[in-house]
Amino acid sequence: MKYPWRNLLPRYLILVVFMLVVLVPIWGMFTSAFKTSTEVMEGPFSLPSVWSLENFEQAWRVGRFNIFFKNSVLVATAVVISSVFLSTLSGYAFGSLPLPGKNWLYPLILIGYMVPFEAVIIPLYNLLDKIGITDTLWALILPQVGLSVSFGTMWMSSFFENTPRELTDAATIDGCSRWQTLWYILWPIAKPAVTTLVVLIFMWTWNEFLLALVMVQNETLRTLPVGLAFFQGKYTANIPLMAAGAIIVALPTILIYILFQRFFIRGMLGGAVKG
Amino acid sequence: MAKVTNKYPGESRWKGWLYLLPALLVYLLFTFLPILETIRNSFYQWDGFSQNRVWIGLANYAELFSDPKFHNALRNNLVFVIFYSIIPILIGLFLASLLSRRPIPGFAFFRTALFLPQVISMVVVGVIWRWMFNPTFGPINSFLRLVGLEQFALSWLGDFTWALTAVGSIGTWVQYGFTMVLFLAGMQHIQEEYYEAASLDGAGAYKQFIHITVPGLRAEIAVALVTTIIAALRVFDLVYTTTRGGPGESTMVTGFLIYRAAFTTNRIGYAAAIATVLTIIILIISLLIRRFQQRGNEENA
Repeated sequence: MKYPWRNLLPRYLILVVFMLVVLVPIWGMFTSAFKTSTEVMEGPFSLPSVWSLENFEQAWRVGRFNIFFKNSVLVATAVVISSVFLSTLSGYAFGSLPLPGKNWLYPLILIGYMVPFEAVIIPLYNLLDKIGITDTLWALILPQVGLSVSFGTMWMSSFFENTPRELTDAATIDGCSRWQTLWYILWPIAKPAVTTLVVLIFMWTWNEFLLALVMVQNETLRTLPVGLAFFQGKYTANIPLMAAGAIIVALPTILIYILFQRFFIRGMLGGAVKG
Repeated sequence: MAKVTNKYPGESRWKGWLYLLPALLVYLLFTFLPILETIRNSFYQWDGFSQNRVWIGLANYAELFSDPKFHNALRNNLVFVIFYSIIPILIGLFLASLLSRRPIPGFAFFRTALFLPQVISMVVVGVIWRWMFNPTFGPINSFLRLVGLEQFALSWLGDFTWALTAVGSIGTWVQYGFTMVLFLAGMQHIQEEYYEAASLDGAGAYKQFIHITVPGLRAEIAVALVTTIIAALRVFDLVYTTTRGGPGESTMVTGFLIYRAAFTTNRIGYAAAIATVLTIIILIISLLIRRFQQRGNEENA
């Protein structure tokens, strides 16, 4: 059943208003990145006279966003690959394998998902300091994997629980080992669940702030969000430069979100928290 | 009836552990043990680097519960719950009930836009809104001057009275698209017959909302409550990038208090006590909401 046109119009109006409230600040920041400092003062929503990429170049080179970008890509790639791999194995253990102690293991892992980084950051710092890996990218990767497998295990185990048992039974009768069943039978049909997990873990890692702020003192090891926060302290008044930096930080997550929207929204609606 | 088990004949009953172990080890080492260590630290007085770690029992907690700065931070977190959770949920429910029940052509486009703040780094959100709230050339004050409300063109983030509201409203901006999309998705599962029957019985829009829409969205409301309340209690990035807790202590939150105690004043034990209390509050709230959700499911079954 569809709405008649006269009922649709007021509904569109409401949607447009709430959408504009979201989009206008983002749009204003976006256009500011192409302006000169004087143009920014003239009016927040006037368009730049020339769409110049100069601010981006300056942020990229002088602001060292090229280095931060590389660090963010390295950390996010390492975290996503290892977390998804480990979570697939542990989710399989919970969902399809005999696992004595399952009843107390599940809440044990669930706790990690609810605990904020603030609560673990000090012992983590001491631990990594003792191993001697603070001020390396490992200090950003390992704790993030620890936190990600907590959500990942729950996410993947609910996928494996909901796959029809006949599938694994048949594979076993045909002589597949558990390992083969996982990778040849289940992994191909797990693609939607895995994609959601990849997208969520990527976003959390890319946007993670406190961990990167605390673990790394060396400027050349900063990730994009931390780089931007320090940049802000230094160039407070230079709005176009700040805006260009902000866009460099935000663009990758926005692009991935637009490409994988369906998976992303399903994960968020399934109870994944924005940290 | 045979018990359903995942064990196949001839297979070790410990097989699952083999697959669980790698993830479990990383989790224990880098998440779970640090939680325990934080709890332990909270009973000590320690500056973080000296060998001198002194057991002081519950003294950190005693100090904490009588510390006006902690009370203030906790109160600010509660204000954040209003902005992060209550207001977005009310907006979401209101809009969902106005909009939905039948598919709206082109809704996917609006959904994409409304969800956008959810994917952007909170540091970027902070940068955007510092510009929006800028006292001299920020869009908000430019607009107020344009319509002749010059006297309301405040220095929002630097104002003792308004800074908390200003930062809080950024949270509302981030969250309401999420609650809206969540509830609209949930509305699709409520059967149209309920509304038709209610209309025949003469129930108006308000009654339909209270007796059909809200109970029908019980699961979605629970998810929204858990995620947004946790976000409000954990808030750190946004405060760090917009106000650093200032002016004075007017936007100080517990997350930032932990950071300051640990890394500025080097009071590890005290920071750990705050962190422990915050974690316990988050766990209790999550469990309560889950309980409420489960009871709802049983009643509906």
